[in-house]
Amino acid sequence: MASSNYQLVIIGGGPAGLAAGLYAARARLNVILLEKGIPGGQVLVTDWIDNYPGFPEGIAGFELIERMTEQVKRFGLEIQNVEVLHLDLSKPVKTILLEGGDTITCQALIIATGARPNQLGVPGETDLTGKGISYCATCDAPFFRDQEITVVGGGDTAIQEAIYLTKFARLVTVIHRRDALRATRVIQEKAFANDRIKFLWNSEVTRIFGKGGVEGVEVRDTQGKLSIIPVQGVFIFIGIKPNNSFVPKEEIETDHWGFIVTDSEMQTKTIGVMAAGDIRSKKIRQVVTAVGEGAIATLSAEEYLNRL
Amino acid sequence: MAGENVLQVTDADFDPQVIKADLPTLVDFWAPWCGPCKAIAPVVNELAAEYAGRVKMCKMNVDENPATPGKYGIRAIPTLILFKGGKVVDQIVGAVGKTQLIALIGKAL
Repeated sequence: MASSNYQLVIIGGGPAGLAAGLYAARARLNVILLEKGIPGGQVLVTDWIDNYPGFPEGIAGFELIERMTEQVKRFGLEIQNVEVLHLDLSKPVKTILLEGGDTITCQALIIATGARPNQLGVPGETDLTGKGISYCATCDAPFFRDQEITVVGGGDTAIQEAIYLTKFARLVTVIHRRDALRATRVIQEKAFANDRIKFLWNSEVTRIFGKGGVEGVEVRDTQGKLSIIPVQGVFIFIGIKPNNSFVPKEEIETDHWGFIVTDSEMQTKTIGVMAAGDIRSKKIRQVVTAVGEGAIATLSAEEYLNRL
Repeated sequence: MAGENVLQVTDADFDPQVIKADLPTLVDFWAPWCGPCKAIAPVVNELAAEYAGRVKMCKMNVDENPATPGKYGIRAIPTLILFKGGKVVDQIVGAVGKTQLIALIGKAL
């Protein structure tokens, strides 16, 4: 199996990883970025971004990523499409095991693998994903034109996407575990004023069913009463979880949910290993914060490399 | 959006082009409004060139061709379905990388 060495390895090609890569390539570090899918991460499935400075008209998530990728390529950043399986951080030279068995060694490492949507974990969910169950309204909404669907969740994403889905669906039922929404007040007001949105409070989805496609959901209320709602689509927005399957918990400190703990310089408990973007344990997760953290992580890595 | 090795198929010619195709055939179901579909398109084009003569690569615009996506229960894009001898071998939903697509194609070779 082949092995190669770099000064710096960046894992993850979303905004944090691409910003880290931009700074590293411009610093002329011997660097590679590893991405298991297509660069972009969660931004790729974000329809429109209005809060990224420099784009007064807003920009499509896909286009923002395309521009970021073009920019790092201009400075010669090497990007490899491969999944990381395991990290060995026990020695100063870190070893990264890749799918297929190859390894990469490096002096400094930036983990920027981000997060992915939480699943409900109910029967039917895995089988019907892509067949009526979706975690991305902008990807799949037009398939539900004039149909009845549900949105599961009560946060900003859930309510914003419920409003977006009413452009297509005839009726959107928001199913929420509590009796009030967590979403920002302006978003709530918009949703309450929309007559295509109905709310089902104090209720949890217990099962999603259908043959070849979603036909309905089973819901349990806080009193334990079960009911069936016939719908053709289920959109699930119940938070995110970190992409951390390859992170050794003994060597990298994580919080209760598995997000990586760093100091303000993006340095983890293991010297020479930084983390940036949504994978970090923090409160605010925005594209604009992710790119800032990516830049800081590379500058910290550079400082570390200079001390070696 | 199709590269020179990727064939645009429609509801009308899906049967002769895909179901009755001699080669294993990968169909990329996409739409112009879908960002992840645009992201995956260059990867499909690259693979079409690399697998020319061994695997047939097709694209279908789901906005213009509702019947076929309906028949295969597609309600998310990009969806890539691999066919061999008229039967579905396997499928992937979402914008995955080149290595995952190579693994998918490998199931029909």
